[in-house]
Amino acid sequence: MTALVLLSYEENQIRSTSRSTIAAAKKFGEVHALLVGHNLSELSQKAAKLEGVTKVLVADHEAYAHMLAQPVTDLILSIAETYDYILVSANAEGKDILPRVAGLLDVQPITDVVEVVNENTFVRPIYAGSILATVKSSDNKKLLSIRGTAFEPVSDEGGQASIEALSKVAHSEKALAQFVSVEVTKSDRPELESARVIISGGRGMQSGANFAMLEKIADILDAAIGASRAAVDAGYVGNDYQVGQTGKIVAPQLYIAVGISGAIQHLAGMKDSKIIVAINKDPDAPIFKVADYGIIGDLFEILPQLENRLANR
Amino acid sequence: MKVLVPVKRVVDSNIKPLVKSDNSGVETDGLKMSMNPFDETAVEEAVRLKEQNIVSEIVAVSIGEAKCQDTLRTAMAMGAYRSILITSDELLEPLSIAKILQKIVEKEQPNLVLMGKQASDDDTNATGQILAGLLGWSQGTFVSKLELTSDKARVHREIDEGVQILDLTLPAVITTDLRLNEPRFASLPNIMKARKKPIETIALSDMDIKTTTRLEMLSVKEASTSREGIILNSVEELVEKLQNEAKVI
Amino acid sequence: MSESAREKMEFDVLIVGGGPSGLSAAIRLKQLAPSAQICLIEKASEIGAHIVSGAVLEPTALKELFSDWNSRGAPLETPVKKERIMYLLNDRKSIQIPIIDWMMPNMVNEGNYIISLGDFCRWLASEAEALGVEIYPGFAGSDLIIEDNQVMGVLIGDMGLDKDGKPGSNFTPGMELRAKYTIFSEGCRGSLSKKLISHYNLRKKSDPQTYGIGIKELWEIPSDLHFPGYMQHSFGWPLDDNTYGGSWLYHFGKNLVSFGFVLGLDYANPWLSPFGETQRVKMHPALKKHFKGGRRIAYGARALSEGGFQSIPKLSFPGGVLVGDAAGFLNMPKIKGTHTAMKSGMVAAEAIAEALNSAQIEPVNYQKRMQQSWVWEELYSVRNIRPSFAKFGAKLATVYTGIDSMLRGKVPWTFHHRQGDNTKLDPADMSQPVCYPKPDNKLTFDRESSVYLANIDHRDDQPIHLKLKNEAIWKTVNWDVFKSPESRYCPAAVYEVVNADVEPTLQINSQNCVHCKTCDIKDPTQNINWETPEGGSGPNYPGGM
Ligand SMILES: Cc1cc2nc3c(=O)[nH]c(=O)nc-3n(C[C@H](O)[C@H](O)[C@H](O)COP(=O)(O)OP(=O)(O)OC[C@H]3O[C@@H](n4cnc5c(N)ncnc54)[C@H](O)[C@@H]3O)c2cc1C
Ligand SMILES: Cc1cc2nc3c(=O)[nH]c(=O)nc-3n(C[C@H](O)[C@H](O)[C@H](O)COP(=O)(O)OP(=O)(O)OC[C@H]3O[C@@H](n4cnc5c(N)ncnc54)[C@H](O)[C@@H]3O)c2cc1C
Ligand code: SF4
Repeated sequence: MTALVLLSYEENQIRSTSRSTIAAAKKFGEVHALLVGHNLSELSQKAAKLEGVTKVLVADHEAYAHMLAQPVTDLILSIAETYDYILVSANAEGKDILPRVAGLLDVQPITDVVEVVNENTFVRPIYAGSILATVKSSDNKKLLSIRGTAFEPVSDEGGQASIEALSKVAHSEKALAQFVSVEVTKSDRPELESARVIISGGRGMQSGANFAMLEKIADILDAAIGASRAAVDAGYVGNDYQVGQTGKIVAPQLYIAVGISGAIQHLAGMKDSKIIVAINKDPDAPIFKVADYGIIGDLFEILPQLENRLANR
Repeated sequence: MKVLVPVKRVVDSNIKPLVKSDNSGVETDGLKMSMNPFDETAVEEAVRLKEQNIVSEIVAVSIGEAKCQDTLRTAMAMGAYRSILITSDELLEPLSIAKILQKIVEKEQPNLVLMGKQASDDDTNATGQILAGLLGWSQGTFVSKLELTSDKARVHREIDEGVQILDLTLPAVITTDLRLNEPRFASLPNIMKARKKPIETIALSDMDIKTTTRLEMLSVKEASTSREGIILNSVEELVEKLQNEAKVI
Repeated sequence: MSESAREKMEFDVLIVGGGPSGLSAAIRLKQLAPSAQICLIEKASEIGAHIVSGAVLEPTALKELFSDWNSRGAPLETPVKKERIMYLLNDRKSIQIPIIDWMMPNMVNEGNYIISLGDFCRWLASEAEALGVEIYPGFAGSDLIIEDNQVMGVLIGDMGLDKDGKPGSNFTPGMELRAKYTIFSEGCRGSLSKKLISHYNLRKKSDPQTYGIGIKELWEIPSDLHFPGYMQHSFGWPLDDNTYGGSWLYHFGKNLVSFGFVLGLDYANPWLSPFGETQRVKMHPALKKHFKGGRRIAYGARALSEGGFQSIPKLSFPGGVLVGDAAGFLNMPKIKGTHTAMKSGMVAAEAIAEALNSAQIEPVNYQKRMQQSWVWEELYSVRNIRPSFAKFGAKLATVYTGIDSMLRGKVPWTFHHRQGDNTKLDPADMSQPVCYPKPDNKLTFDRESSVYLANIDHRDDQPIHLKLKNEAIWKTVNWDVFKSPESRYCPAAVYEVVNADVEPTLQINSQNCVHCKTCDIKDPTQNINWETPEGGSGPNYPGGM
């Protein structure tokens, strides 16, 4: 069986979520990677080194420059026949393209896969992640989008894939969509929903001014800052910091909860984080039940130590 | 310009549905049902475009059991002009829904299909894209801002690195992000009026569409929250673990 | 917005509140006056979503409303089969009290059904709609329209206001709903009913109302341990002899158990937590076994009127009437108010159907008809039982209840409720703090994870609906004297004291509110005022609740 993985990249870097997708694809057999875009020479070299990839297909043409759904779909359709599995990352790009391909192949796509049970059975979250469903596909071809956080990414070294240029540029004569521009959100801090690391403060912070302690650590870790509703209600920080049932739902690699008790409404927004750290002075605080690592103690002592330790790592 | 807005009846997003005790599925009996919040955004956007006289007619469509009428009534109370209900007791997947919508589009000939990017129950995020593919139309997904003219739609799409702006040739399928707008409350007089607006009902069985299920739900389980965590004694230990054990920093 | 700018709508009869009383009134009206325009509004997002009740239904009124109720699919699936009353001596021991029919007519439940009152209301609503009643859930009656001392209808509040009361981007102005007659069926401690009672001085000739709080959990248990039709009540532990209350536990439906605890709001110890008692009583062996292998699926709370006969206010006023628990028609010894609520709604409908053809401003016949109905007789006969608990304590009152009940209340005296529940608290430093066990998250829980199961939807950015009339009083009375009893009696953790050591202040998490109305009742100086939040806000109790 052979799987095709559509690579996702940003500024000449293959995204780690694509490496996770490859990890998932390896469970089905041989893995080919598809690199679509314009001016891809550097990227194709990088793609060839990806662990577990045996062949990299490169479609380099200005029509593909912005990964627009219609031309990329047409391209994938032109090579789909040889593949039993087509995988994309469950990010905006992958989610845009995969279903369009699926519809034209008459396949029901399986999105946001977090576990591969066997060759036709997969686990995916439903109801905003509160429930996990195990589904079995009877389609001949399986089209999957993969949640990056759920699979350990393969290494970006050690692979020796062959590179094959796709000569036939299969985009329709008339493009249905014209690229205008991209506004890259450049803020000093990553956004909550996309941050790799989040450090959140609760009512234990005692004041808005004390959030400066979190900011210093966030600067070191390139982290976003979040808050509990109690902290928002107390006016320490604005509404858009709130994580939880009625705030933002996040799943970073690392979530550090400082002075947050861990009420179920807060957990609903961050429980899918890969690693959770809790800092709280109350050993019975429910947050410790969901934390991978906990420190019991006064946050006003611990935070400066943590900042120090991280800065001098 | 005519806009078609598909709306789905789902368990109200404020309600946490439970897994059935035998794990065979999600218990939805007796739960409050509402319009999928993403679709609400789509209806709102259509109504705003109508208020700006860019759109002339809004047709809402829903597919499912007879109760989907309520969802259509909500859409009409918000401002849709009329509705189409395709009745079926089957559990339909996005692929089948898109095929049904394709037929409705062929019949109604709208210039634009405006729909939620995903449903808050199955979270699939696929119907709009499949539909666009089947129709051979342009697609603008996860849209947080829409500027519509007679032959073109400029969409602002929420993508990983920020916002992407595209110009779509019409006809097009556009799927909405919650950031697009804040849906209105249906006022009581409008709810009252909506009760008198027309709903055309078509039985799916009369439509000649194959809707065989491709995905079988084997089981469901509650996503677990608790973890086997450890309590550490020092910050040094924590940083060490994060670096070497968890490898997240 | 100026009053004249509001949109208006007119009906023959407007009904405020879609519980059993309001829905029964609507149905009866349509049965008697099919062409009348009847509008019913309900503050919950759908009918039934704010209903919390036991509930064992005595089907008397239902039979009068629909003689063919059985064939109409009324959700009465579980007839009562077996019942037990236990007196809990301490945290381990209990004695079972034999139920002797002729001695305890109020405790006999043969012929009754264990139901979900929310589902029952949903069914009543479908019947009402089929008859042509216009039902609008998601709209709260926020204020009265009174002109020339006559109630002309109600205002439904603005939607989409922000925290400071300014219109937000999806602002929808409220409107006037006007009607010849308005039926107030808001249930216990209705916010508009409260205004009416004071405006028309409807309590001039009656005792103050007294209340209880009921906290309910819905459980799903393994089928081999489920005995549909089984019901049990307990009293005694964990309450002391001077505190009125006890638990209920009903097996019904598909593997469901309705469990809850009712506590008289005339309790004295400000340290007491009704929620804590509810959690604690489950740990008693007589109850605990019923939860084995089960899971809790819903949570809610609601106050109930306990005053009974003595506390029934005048029932009509120019332009309208009070029905159901808004008027206090609950039979406390039976802990049943649904049948009386329904009956009062039906009687009000009959009086109003009559009045619609006349030029009568006040439907005065409602009061007369009620006095001639079985509701009056029923409530009169049990009038002394609840007050005897306040008078004698639980043990002696039980004996008194036996005697009084044997005589069917035909005693020459009537015990009175002298003062409201808000006056009954002792100062904190003179009371014994209560220590509640830590939740184990299997049988017992904390309030946050409980409120989670009430499926609350409350748009964050809206004006706060719980207001202190005088903010300064909180510190001098609630804190200094009673140590913030609201932070304990509120079953949804709405009230929190922050900065208790340095500068205690009250934090009101109004978004957590489950609309039980306890704070409006129990606050020592009645300083907390509960108003309707934006329509559709509040809990969303699921089917089965
Ligand atoms: C419908 C509804 C929706 C809600 N939605 C959300 C939501 O989206 N997000 C959310 O967060 N909450 C939400 N809540 C509120 C939630 O129930 C909790 O009230 C809230 O999360 C508590 O915030 P907290 O943990 O910061 O405060 P607390 O519960 O007050 O916890 C403070 C913690 O800080 C610790 N602490 C204090 N001082 C120190 C110190 N010096 N050093 C170390 N630790 C210290 C304490 O031990 C305590 O554990 C919602 C509630 C409801 C009813
Ligand atoms: C814990 C508990 C257990 C009980 N057990 C039993 C039992 O086993 N058997 C029994 O027969 N009875 C029982 N009762 C009593 C019974 O539930 C009530 O007597 C009955 O529900 C009263 O009906 P109602 O229509 O008057 O009010 P409710 O049922 O309270 O309904 C009032 C409705 O009006 C709505 N409303 C209120 N204010 C407004 C407003 N301003 N605008 C719009 N809508 C509004 C509310 O949301 C609600 O839906 C119990 C009650 C409680 C609290
Ligand atoms: S705030 Fe008042 S009405 Fe709301 S839940 Fe608490 S006690 Fe009940």
